[in-house]
Amino acid sequence: METAFTPLASLLGGILIGFASVALMALDGRIMGATGILSGAVFDRRPGDTGWRVALLLGMVSGPLVVLAATGSLPAVEVPVTTAALVVGGLIVGVGVTLGSGCTSGHGVCGMARLSLRSIVATLTFMVATFITVFVVRHVVGG
Amino acid sequence: MRLVLIYLVGLVFGVGISISGMANPAKVLNFFDIAGTWDPSLIFVMGGAVVVAFIGYRVVFRRAAPVFAADFSLPSARSVDLRLVGGSAVFGIGWGIAGFCPGGALPALGTGNPAAFIFVAALLAGMGLARILARATAVRQRTA
Repeated sequence: METAFTPLASLLGGILIGFASVALMALDGRIMGATGILSGAVFDRRPGDTGWRVALLLGMVSGPLVVLAATGSLPAVEVPVTTAALVVGGLIVGVGVTLGSGCTSGHGVCGMARLSLRSIVATLTFMVATFITVFVVRHVVGG
Repeated sequence: MRLVLIYLVGLVFGVGISISGMANPAKVLNFFDIAGTWDPSLIFVMGGAVVVAFIGYRVVFRRAAPVFAADFSLPSARSVDLRLVGGSAVFGIGWGIAGFCPGGALPALGTGNPAAFIFVAALLAGMGLARILARATAVRQRTA
């Protein structure tokens, strides 16, 4: 499935993601990492450490509705994989981000911006692993 | 006031993810498919986000503390170990299979697309599984 090259929309989206990461650090001193925020809200639920996570998650989920209000249509979510791939991929991502202590937002944006060696290594590792996996799925197994 | 502002931060993140294409598995997978239907858009997402965060963090860290907390809660781990590298590699495999990462899938829930709900349910199951495994390993190491 082809998708259109959207450098401006993607750059603007990235700037907003970066801005949100800076704002969360300025306000609450936290890393804007989806893995840590979600797992703290769902699994740890420490008293006094859950409300901000829930507020942040609710904000994230409301994002598409703002796009709908502003543009008249929801952002595209096109899924070129099977339901089985979503389930298997989701399980694997859940294990990986928990062991690796973060994902694209926490390591790839916040950690890279802090020049954290751990995050730079993590980001290079998962980017390479994803490139290889997509190549194998699309051109070796599926080719 | 604090929670309202944090909600708005989440909203800005969710809007950013939505317009960037990170909530769209077709676009994410095409970014990684250089040998096929390559769409390089997502390099602009990470580029824009990292540059803004790099500059913004430098400004924020000049302050003694954040607005609503006594300290900045920064990760204390420093070592590049097998768990970090192995976990990240596993994450990349799953991302390449499903096309969603956690920060992309959570805002995608707001579109009502069932694929996002299926992915997030599996993501939570995987997170729970890894936590049980990590705890079991820690106990075994302590008793060994």
